Amino acid sequence: MITVDIEKKLKAYRGQQVLKITAEFADRSITKIYGPSGAGKTTFLKIIAGLIDPEKGKITVDDTVWLDTDSKISLSPQKRKVGFVFQNYALFPNMTVKQHLEYATDNTPWINRLLAIGKLETFTEHKPEYLSGGQQQRLSILRAMAIKPKLLLMDEPFSALDPKMKSEIITGLKSLWDELGTTVAIVSHNPQELEGLTAQEIEIDPV
Amino acid sequence: MPLVLPPSVLGFYLLMAFSPRQGIGQWLHNTFDIQLVFSFKGLILASIIYSMPFMIGPIKSALQQLPLSLSQASYTLGKSERQTFIRVLLPNIRASVLTAAILTFAHTLGEFGVVLMIGGNIPGVTRVASIAVYNSVEIMDYHAANIYSLILFCITFAMVISVFVFNKYKAKSPLE
Repeated sequence: MITVDIEKKLKAYRGQQVLKITAEFADRSITKIYGPSGAGKTTFLKIIAGLIDPEKGKITVDDTVWLDTDSKISLSPQKRKVGFVFQNYALFPNMTVKQHLEYATDNTPWINRLLAIGKLETFTEHKPEYLSGGQQQRLSILRAMAIKPKLLLMDEPFSALDPKMKSEIITGLKSLWDELGTTVAIVSHNPQELEGLTAQEIEIDPV
Repeated sequence: MPLVLPPSVLGFYLLMAFSPRQGIGQWLHNTFDIQLVFSFKGLILASIIYSMPFMIGPIKSALQQLPLSLSQASYTLGKSERQTFIRVLLPNIRASVLTAAILTFAHTLGEFGVVLMIGGNIPGVTRVASIAVYNSVEIMDYHAANIYSLILFCITFAMVISVFVFNKYKAKSPLE
């Protein structure tokens, strides 16, 4: 069980707004996070991953405290080791598809399995600049899965995929999540996109 | 400061700092028997201090232009800051590092003021090419000055060409 209770000031065009979220993520659950643009959905994911510190809050994962601003505890992103799919993919321009996955893990059978799920087996020696948007997005998902995360945070992960590819990828990922017991949180703009996949929803609306 | 100070002023302050009669220079001389003034070692050190900003500026700028999400992605994979720097950041600013290194070296090669202040003009020890040009002109040996200048010109030209070749014709000036 992951419990999150955080407060973070966000810079907005007109003054400041406050991102205040209290949420629980059950083990192995898939949660959809939605809200208007600029509401702080990405910030929320980054706070959980340890990439941004909130002004106030607490995050606990099972019995481990990841963040407690009162006790000045904040585990580094390296220690939290959350799988993270960035909205802009954040691929490394100097690495090929295979090198991206090898950077994350040295488990070759696992890498081959991920490549098959992402349908990138024939692009292993390609660098990101030679991949289409959809291929880049799939690579960023595979890279996040390469570390076999217990918690996976995905920021608009299927926005560049066509419906058929999206459906196939989700089926492949779902089997991996079930196998690894991964808890997943997905930010999405499209209300229909994750229908039938997610068990709970969190709306983000800053005050 | 080395970027904006006149080279002769920087050279003068370094000359004072490296002097074996006072401060750091005296300590180096008494403790390690190192004399930096009027020596090739001192000349190298002064050139490094003078040219460092020409190297650091472009590299810092190149690092700032990389998206923050690159290092963040690396951290979420469990990689340390050092691993991230070596495996992700450095390879992606390779062109800038190479350009800065070559142009800094070329800039140092032609340096005059700092080198003259610290090294003087000792034949076979601290007389570098740019000083040799000046020296030849002063004694009206234009033939020697021409040869030294031509050598410097060729080396510098080769370096500029190599910047373009290494960067596959995509090279940008580090000062852009």
